[in-house]
Amino acid sequence: MLRIGKIPIAVFALFIIAFPWVTHEIPSIEHYTDIMIFAGIYCLITMGLSLLMGYTGQISIGHAAFYGIGAYTSAILTAQYGLNPWPCIIVGMAISAVIAVLVGAPSLKLKGHYLAMATLAFGIIVYIIFNEEAAWTGGPDGMTGIPGLSLFGFEFDSVKKYYYLVWIFVFAAFIFTVNIIQSGIGRALRAIHVSEPAASAMGVDISRFKILVFVYSAVLASLAGSLYAHYLNFINPSTFDLFFSIKLLIMIALGGMYNIWGAIIGAGLITFLSYEWLYYFQEYEVIVYGAILLLVTIFFPKGLVGVPGIVKGWFRE
Amino acid sequence: MIFSPPEAGKPFTNKIPQVHLREFHKIVTRFYSMETITLSGQLFQYLITGITVGSVYAMVAVGFNIIYNVTEIINFAQGEFVMLGGLIMVFFHVVMGLPLIMAFPATVILVMLVGILLDRLAIRPIRQPSVLTLIIATIAASILLKGAAMFIWGKDPYDLPAFSGRNPITVFGAVIQPQYLWVIGFLIVIVIVLSIFFDRTIIGKAMSACADNPNAASLVGINVKQMILLSFALSAAIGAVAGITVTPISLMEYDRGAMLAVKGFGAAILGGLGSFPGAILGGLIMGTIESFGAGVISSGYKDAFALIVLLIVLFFRPSGILGSIEISKIKRF
Repeated sequence: MLRIGKIPIAVFALFIIAFPWVTHEIPSIEHYTDIMIFAGIYCLITMGLSLLMGYTGQISIGHAAFYGIGAYTSAILTAQYGLNPWPCIIVGMAISAVIAVLVGAPSLKLKGHYLAMATLAFGIIVYIIFNEEAAWTGGPDGMTGIPGLSLFGFEFDSVKKYYYLVWIFVFAAFIFTVNIIQSGIGRALRAIHVSEPAASAMGVDISRFKILVFVYSAVLASLAGSLYAHYLNFINPSTFDLFFSIKLLIMIALGGMYNIWGAIIGAGLITFLSYEWLYYFQEYEVIVYGAILLLVTIFFPKGLVGVPGIVKGWFRE
Repeated sequence: MIFSPPEAGKPFTNKIPQVHLREFHKIVTRFYSMETITLSGQLFQYLITGITVGSVYAMVAVGFNIIYNVTEIINFAQGEFVMLGGLIMVFFHVVMGLPLIMAFPATVILVMLVGILLDRLAIRPIRQPSVLTLIIATIAASILLKGAAMFIWGKDPYDLPAFSGRNPITVFGAVIQPQYLWVIGFLIVIVIVLSIFFDRTIIGKAMSACADNPNAASLVGINVKQMILLSFALSAAIGAVAGITVTPISLMEYDRGAMLAVKGFGAAILGGLGSFPGAILGGLIMGTIESFGAGVISSGYKDAFALIVLLIVLFFRPSGILGSIEISKIKRF
């Protein structure tokens, strides 16, 4: 579980690079590149969550809050104060990190249901703030006029350009996360998941590692939020509600939270489900999500990445 | 109302007049309330409203505790029982026209069935239960129930006739709807029935035994699986009662469950998870804080007050007011 092969990473990179060129040739799926931008944005969040929930075993049902904090920091600083977007993204990540420490330090002492509840409550409070502080956030109507991104005069103004920008960020985060998993920190995190007393006996500073992972996942979510805001040029609070946090949970549960690939597969599948394949269900898509989440939990506790292992088990018998 | 808050759908450029209007609205309403109602009457009004809302939270919290005590599972779908209770009652009482006395038990039985199905279809099939998978399973069930309710009833809120009319009673300058008393009354009935059930009946004692030590309970011949099923049915029934009694006051719609579950769970933790007196106390405190916060500080942050209190309790005294740290250490999850 700790070793992540180089060949799958290379195949994955090639797939991402080739994706816009291939879909561009097929008119019926031409717009898939656009959807893949959202998939990339969600990947950033789910990778952090996978590290937090799958590897470290800490539940969070409040990551929509950090996603929103990133998006709103970027939006307010650029649209209302006219600042350059890039420093604003960094500021958003810094704010998220500080809030993550403040919320995480007392929360992560909690276990199980208590932690789930604390993060859930935090997420709802932040969502209410987005709705109520209309002078800053535009209230339920949201904010417009968020500028796009550009670097040294190069505008990321087309879908394809933004696609590559987002996926470069995803790749950077992916490599960084893989390195964390394969380092001593990764082993420490797995140890915390298996048994906190045992990890602590081996000299692992439990609370420090938990907070570190929580902050890391919050910062990634914040970056994702900023990228979302600068891509759509418009945000409103309903994007960052409780259901989005649950959707993130569905993503990593479907893909498999005990494996970093699961985070990517889950984010990709759920993005395509919600933007494309479940389009005709409209709001009834929640029934499909509920069914997916329940079936996966019962039949594939390790998610889709765990399926090959199950099949292998059959052959061995 | 002339100075109503800004409507949804207006572009963000209207920012300054919006704020202006909102402030103005606040001043006007404050002025009004001082003229017509005395301050003490106003505060008493908040207290009564808070206790009523708190009774509903307390019922949800009791439901959480029943399942938690037997299985150590937190059922995140608990709020959906309340939602289903309200909406199914609307179906029996308003649509089918059954009299209250028949529609009430019919609704409770139907919601109990949902609770039983929840245990059989979502909880029991899980092979390696861990706190994470159980939380995810109950969340999944809660979205499924919410989606099904949206499918059946649509997105509109539904009203239910109040049990004994809507002529308000005025006490100490506060206006009390008769339905408020029904909600508080049903909480008292539930408390009495449950304490008799757990203290005096053999099944109740068997359930308490499961809560204490499931292995020992099965050794003395108690069917633990049946007790778990019963705990789901019982807490679904209490959720249904909460939904039926509160719908005439606050209407009911498909997506109300999640917030009720969060606040009910908050109440359970505030009082001490697993403790029944704690659940009642926690619920009433939660409702009162919310009512005063919304009335005195800001109505927009109504839902946030209770949650902030919950976070403070979680951070500083996770065992709650009446819970004990020793017991919470023994629990598996």
